Amino acid sequence: MAETDRNPPAGVIAGSIHESKSGKRTHPLVELTLARIREFVRQPEAVFWVFGFPILLAFALGLAFRETAPEKLPVAVESVLGNADETAAAISRSADLRAVVMTPAEATQALRTGRVALVVGFATAAGDASKDSSHVFDYRFDPARPDSRIARLAVDDALQRAAGRKDSVAVREQTFTEPGARYIDFLVPGLIGLNLMGSGMWGLGFVLVQARTQKLLKRLAATPMKRWHFLLSFMLSRLIFLVLEVAAILAFAYFVFNVKIHGSTLSFMLISLIGSLAFAGIGLLIAARPRTIEGVSGLMNLVMLPMWLLSGSFFSASRFPDFLQPMIKVLPLTALNDSLRAVMNDGAPFGANAAGVAILSAWGLISFLIALKIFRWQ
Amino acid sequence: MAPQSAKRGALRCDGLVKKYGEVTAVNGLDLEVHAGECFGLLGPNGAGKTTTVEIFEGLTEANSGNVELLGMRWGTGNDQEMRERIGVALQQTELADKLSVEETLRLFRSFYARGGDVDHIIRLVSLEEKRDARVGKLSGGQKQRLAVACALVGAPDLLFLDEPTTGLDPQARLQLWGVIEKFRAGGGTIMLTTHYMEEAARLCDRVAIMDHGRVIALGAPAELVASLGADQIVEFGVASGAEELRESPLLRLPGVTGMRVRETREADGGSYLLTVSEIGAALPALLAELERQNLKLDHLTTHQATLEDVFVNLTGRMLRDG
Repeated sequence: MAETDRNPPAGVIAGSIHESKSGKRTHPLVELTLARIREFVRQPEAVFWVFGFPILLAFALGLAFRETAPEKLPVAVESVLGNADETAAAISRSADLRAVVMTPAEATQALRTGRVALVVGFATAAGDASKDSSHVFDYRFDPARPDSRIARLAVDDALQRAAGRKDSVAVREQTFTEPGARYIDFLVPGLIGLNLMGSGMWGLGFVLVQARTQKLLKRLAATPMKRWHFLLSFMLSRLIFLVLEVAAILAFAYFVFNVKIHGSTLSFMLISLIGSLAFAGIGLLIAARPRTIEGVSGLMNLVMLPMWLLSGSFFSASRFPDFLQPMIKVLPLTALNDSLRAVMNDGAPFGANAAGVAILSAWGLISFLIALKIFRWQ
Repeated sequence: MAPQSAKRGALRCDGLVKKYGEVTAVNGLDLEVHAGECFGLLGPNGAGKTTTVEIFEGLTEANSGNVELLGMRWGTGNDQEMRERIGVALQQTELADKLSVEETLRLFRSFYARGGDVDHIIRLVSLEEKRDARVGKLSGGQKQRLAVACALVGAPDLLFLDEPTTGLDPQARLQLWGVIEKFRAGGGTIMLTTHYMEEAARLCDRVAIMDHGRVIALGAPAELVASLGADQIVEFGVASGAEELRESPLLRLPGVTGMRVRETREADGGSYLLTVSEIGAALPALLAELERQNLKLDHLTTHQATLEDVFVNLTGRMLRDG
């Protein structure tokens, strides 16, 4: 910078305004980043959306999909014959079943509405009505329901045993639960990905557009502030919150649902960081032009909604048809979710996520550069 | 850099034109502001003051014309240096609500390679007690003083203030005038826009009166007032329904140097403005003349001639009518 001797007035002001060398000056990038952080923490509602909301969401979903002891399948026994109670008792001796005696009408209704998996009725063996031992069990169920098909096997087994069937081969059972295979294990990395996207975009978009409407950006443009310092400060401030954000969700998931990171925590944080920068870059780009909050909100939703659906936060993206997969794979949220899951659930090393990291870095860098170019200061 | 010419002309422009679509905001403007003076741009809303100042500040590009600021031009590789040396208070900037006064000033201070001490600036604008208050909680006058403080924190050579006291109560205005005068006393150059004549008269060494994107009068406030050739203004109206006032005899009255009709929005006719050099002779003669024409006086006031009267005299409109 050409700091030649400044001619007349500035020096003269010395007495009143100018304290030539003493003017303590922090690096503008530090001051700008501090300003971002202060503005954020002084907005309680923003703090809630970033920290509170994902934890509430994880809690609600974790409760809904919690893994308890496998539930017994409910089965109805029609009360048309005198031995309905004995039949029900025989079924309930099975570890997997719970039988209830109902009238045929009730049983039909319960099956139709899914409250029972199967109905055991009684039919009379053709042409043999006189002997009461000769009745046949009549299983009614919907073969399209997996629980009904299981109930069919288990009920039959229970009734045949009760009637005296013997096992012909000895078997031994070994059961175990694989950690990292529950829904909550799948969900937590997805929630972290979603949250990094949301806070990156909302956190930047509103602040920038508001600063534009109230002419603060114009005022800053009249200072010697370097413009890339300003935009970079938004990305840097995101990094600081990122650590807190991710830590809050992880700690919650660990203590409440015992969700663990199977790979290295450092890799996990590093991927979160790159993902966060990518979304901060995209957020900057979205907020580069709009003049109204409505305008920027619309753009944000337009960008985020497809990723909410497609990027495998709540369910695996592989459910979408093959021809969509290449497109889905290059979405930043897909890259982030897949990489986070690989480290968290499969224990993959950082290097195994090179493709995801490359996709995220490209999104972040290209968005930032375009944003810097097209940014509207007034 | 910063040649000798900058000493005489802190700011110079010629042939400045800025159009927004069909509207010509600035229409061939020539100005020169000397180093160390306080220069006022005066005019009604829409006269092109803000556009002009924003072109000087490097925020808006002119369609044609030249601007030379401290011996440099925008867009020739010196923008950074130029921004280092000017201080800007825009019309109605809202600084970040959630930051405190001190934090805001430290932030702005960090942008400038050289500049004042933040504590000192806070004292200068008398915001010591509000140092830790959030910007959102400040009164209008305090916010405006903070905006000026942000403009001063880089110890500028040239300070731009766009309507710094609009909307402030008289006391807040006085406080701000004090700050501006201190900067001026330290040798700084100021360009301010205003539509308050008393502000221009008090603060400015020279003023340019702008209307429709052009300068229609330029000079020291006292000179401009003197150019009216009168030191008193008599404003009067006649009762409605009366016969029409015949104007020509009034101009022949003793001590009367000029006359204007000012339209008002009310239906009961307009007001007449007489510029008068000898009030003692003119007033009795005016009353006698009205009597002779058989007109009934509705109202009559007199005041010392001001810049406002200069503007009215030049345009036939009041400044604040727009």
